[in-house]
Parts: sequence; structure tokens; C-alpha cells
Amino acid sequence: MFQPELEAMPRRDLEALQLERLCGLLSRVYATVPTYRRLFDEAGFDPASLTSLDGLRKVPFTVKDDLRAGYPYGMFSAPLRDIVRVHSSSGTTGQVTVVGYTKGDIERWSELMARTYACAGATADDIVQVTYGYGLFTGGLGAHYGSERLGALTVPVSGGNTKRQVQILSDFGVTVLACTPSYALLIAETAREMGVDPRALPLRIGVFGAEPWSESMRHQIEDELGLLAIDIYGLSEVMGPGVASECVHQCGLHVFEDHFLVEIVDTETLQPLPDGETGEVVFTTLTKEGIPVVRYRTRDVSRIIPEPCACGRTFRRIERVTGRSDDMIIIRGVNVYPSQIEQVLLGIPMVAPHYQVVLSKSGSMDRVEVHVEVAPELDFDEVRALESLQRQVKGAIESALAVSIGVKLVEPKSIARSEGKAKRVVDLRGEGGSTS
Amino acid sequence: MIDQVSVFLENRSGRLAELTRALGEAGIDMRALMVADTSDFGVIRIICDRPEKAKAVLEAGGFSVSLTPVIAVEVPDSPGGLAEVLETLGKVGLNVEYAYCFVRSTGQSAVDVLKIDDSRAADVLAIAGFTVLSPSDLYCADES
Repeated sequence: MFQPELEAMPRRDLEALQLERLCGLLSRVYATVPTYRRLFDEAGFDPASLTSLDGLRKVPFTVKDDLRAGYPYGMFSAPLRDIVRVHSSSGTTGQVTVVGYTKGDIERWSELMARTYACAGATADDIVQVTYGYGLFTGGLGAHYGSERLGALTVPVSGGNTKRQVQILSDFGVTVLACTPSYALLIAETAREMGVDPRALPLRIGVFGAEPWSESMRHQIEDELGLLAIDIYGLSEVMGPGVASECVHQCGLHVFEDHFLVEIVDTETLQPLPDGETGEVVFTTLTKEGIPVVRYRTRDVSRIIPEPCACGRTFRRIERVTGRSDDMIIIRGVNVYPSQIEQVLLGIPMVAPHYQVVLSKSGSMDRVEVHVEVAPELDFDEVRALESLQRQVKGAIESALAVSIGVKLVEPKSIARSEGKAKRVVDLRGEGGSTS
Repeated sequence: MIDQVSVFLENRSGRLAELTRALGEAGIDMRALMVADTSDFGVIRIICDRPEKAKAVLEAGGFSVSLTPVIAVEVPDSPGGLAEVLETLGKVGLNVEYAYCFVRSTGQSAVDVLKIDDSRAADVLAIAGFTVLSPSDLYCADES
């Protein structure tokens, strides 16, 4: 284990540390960030009044719009001369948000990403290939600094050029792959096309994050690449990758609670939920200096797993994020996460887990068509067999989602592959519709 | 039994042209091509001179392709030729999944291609006196 003195701390000591850090944080943001001063004043909350972690429920929430409104530096708590780096969100869903890091933030972030690799079983003896994009996106540099901090040999390939990724994986003897789960599958597919057996590569661990993925997809990646696939979690508003990570037991992601307070709140009432219940994940950063966030609503949906983990870490786990409430599609009143569709497709051997959900309007009704790639090795020659496959896919998705949909079988590789986050939903419903 | 090249195609304009262009550029000579389609997709069935090569070419071009064993029966190119074949199969209760015909360039005979999910079918036809074609009658063995 990387830092047992912290990661396996008794809960009581951890909570004392959290409270001390929380008190410091609340007074600091109240003094330095006008938005927090306004939010706290409006809610009648006095940061000096906090005497227990439970008091956090009186503190107002923050949302992405608060960060957007402060574009670019308005929510920074540290003066700009102390900021040494900025990152920014992709801005696909609106105005971009900018996050700033002090020197101390970068050191802590590196340490937490190093913890993440250690959680996955990686050590200084490993060779890590980082294929997350380097640049404004937090993925690349976050994964890079963590790997160096761990002491591993770090190969900073960044995203793109999948054939070259395969070549380097093979030539450099890479043992740890850091990328999005959908890109891991593309790497395996590309390797096979190049005549390289992906299972024969020396890869032993994958740290995969930045998009929701399912347990079946994990099995497929592990099978195709011959490695242990670890789910990692983070978001730029909170820090970037390294907020939470699975350990080798693969049973939920340990939240690095010495640096982040995690809450699960009801998506409607916003009331905190007891451990074990599913709701929106809310984070408060305890140690960030550049741009701390207080009760930041992530839109990610999960639950807390409070039971102790076999690895000995005392940090509570969150269940694998099943989707973002942002990605959630509402189809005729039913909440649907694209990852549910992926789960179904992975159970049907004749189709590939590459799909796209196309939303359109038919009159006033939402029309949903799921485009699914047939497997390249599909053994068929009869229209009847394909129609029956189409019905099977349709039936399986409908029973999983409880909503009626259309299915269109499409040719292998006809759905665009992404080198970053996969684009799963195309919304053509017009006014107010968007793509995510 | 002979190998038929079966290809899954989306109903998208230009896709069949891309398929035939790929085969043409690889120097593959088609004997017959048959399209079975619905509004969304089609299955293209091809009898050609080098089925293994055709499969490799199409796979490389990103098509979903497989080789399907089918029966090819040579019949005189005259009215009622196919009917006799089908009646023979019907008498022993063999069900034909699909069938199509083409005329060979020699002109005297036609070839009926039959997909029958029953291993006895070829024997039934041969015993009844039909000329069941072998791969070498229709295409050169792939140079692999």
C-alpha cells in the first residue's frame, strides 16, 4: 500500500482531520471568494459556527454554473501569482470552466494519482503509458505526474494515433495502460488488425476512467488485453483523476477521504442520503488551494459502500458511477443511462459493444433508435437470422430500460471510434436538444 | 458444397458500389450476386472465382463477411429446370432456406444455388441424378 498511515487511518482520526481541514476551508473561501461569501450569507451560514462534520448539511451547494459564472478566474481562492497551472473542461455542454492549481495543489494531486496507481497494484518497477490527452484536459498531465511521483517509467504518448500507441506498448514493454475504457478496446482492436496479439503484450494493469463503463465491459477489456482493469475516478472541478480509485479487489472506488469529503444526496430533495442509498455524488475539497469547491454537485450517480474492504484501506468506497445525470436521457419520462445499453450489448455475442443512441421526435413522442454494430465475425447469411438478432437486441434493451426503442443494425466499425470520451448519444430532438 | 460469400450491408447509398469496387480491384470475378434486403439492411450473396480471397478483401475493407456452404446444382437451361430440383427435395421433406440461379458463360446449362440446412441434401440430389457441382467446377481453389 502506498500510504497506509493515511489510507488505513482509524475512522475517528480521519474524521477529526476532516473537520479540522473543513473548518479551515470554509473560512478561507468565505474570506477570498465573493461567490462563497454571497452563497453563505444568503443561506445564513456562518463558517465559524461549524463544530461537526454533520454541520456540513447547512452549507449551500455549488454547481457547474457557479464555476462557469466565474470564468475564468472568479472562483479562485489563491492569488494568481500563486497559481502555477490551469486546466479547463471540454466545454461540450456549455461555457468552459477553468480550474487553477497552486504548487502545493500539483504536489498533492501527483501524490493522489500515485496512490491511484498503487491502489491498482502498480509500483516504481512499472512502465506506464499515458494515452489520456495532454493539454487543458486534466487526464493526461494528472496521470503523468502521478506516474512519475510513483517512480514508474512514464511514457507520455497523449491521445491519438492508435497504431503508434500499439507499437509503443509493444516495443517499450509497457506494463500499465492509462486511458479511457472505450479507447482500451480500440487499442485491442487496432492491435489485432496490425497482427499484434494484444494478450501477448506485457501489459498487466489498466487504469481506466473519464467515462462511465460497465462490469461486462471490464470483463471484455480484461479478456482482450490480458490485464487487471481498474476503474479510477475524478473530475476537473474537484481536481482531476485521483479523487477515488478501485483497489485490486475491484469492489468499488476508495474515495481519498483525507482530501475529499464525499456525500450522496437525493437527486430531487438534495437531502443527504444514508450510506448505501443511491443518489448524486457531492464533493468538498479539503486541501485544495487554487480553486477549492464546497459541496460541489457532480451530477454523477452512485452510492457509498461503507463496509470495510479486504485491502485494509479505511476510506469508504463509492460504487462504480453508473452514469452522469448529465448523460442521463429522459425517454418518455423514463431515466435512461447509456451505460445500461452497453451492459445489455455485451451480453449478446453477435453484436459489438459499440453503439449510439439517436434521439428524435416523431410528432410529440420521443423516438429512440439504438444503432448497434454487428460483430465482424458474425456468421449469418439469412435476412431472417438478422431480423431475429435485431429483435433479440431490441427485446433485451427494452427489458433493461423499461422503454420501447428501435434498433438498427449497422456495419462493423461504422460508428465513429473516439480517442477520448465516447460519444454515445445523438440528440436530434431539436429546440433545447444537445449532444453530449 | 461450394462457398458463397455472404456480406452484411447497411442500406446506405453507395455501399454496394464500394463492395463491388473492392472486389473488382482485387481482380475477383463474380459468377452471381444476389441481394436480400429489408428497409434497414441487406445480405449480399456472391458466388465468385476466389471466395477465400474475396472474404479477406472485404474484411480488410471493413465489411462483415462470412463464407456460407451452399449447394450448386447444374441443370439444363430450359423451362422447369429448377422446379425438378425443388420437387426432388420436397419429396423427402427438405426445406430450402433460399435459392437463386445463374447461367454459366458456356450457355448450355444453368446453376441453381440452394441453401438447405440439412447435410443430406447434396446426397439426395446426387442420387436423384442431378449434377451437384464441387468447388473446382465453379472456381479455382484459392492460392493459400
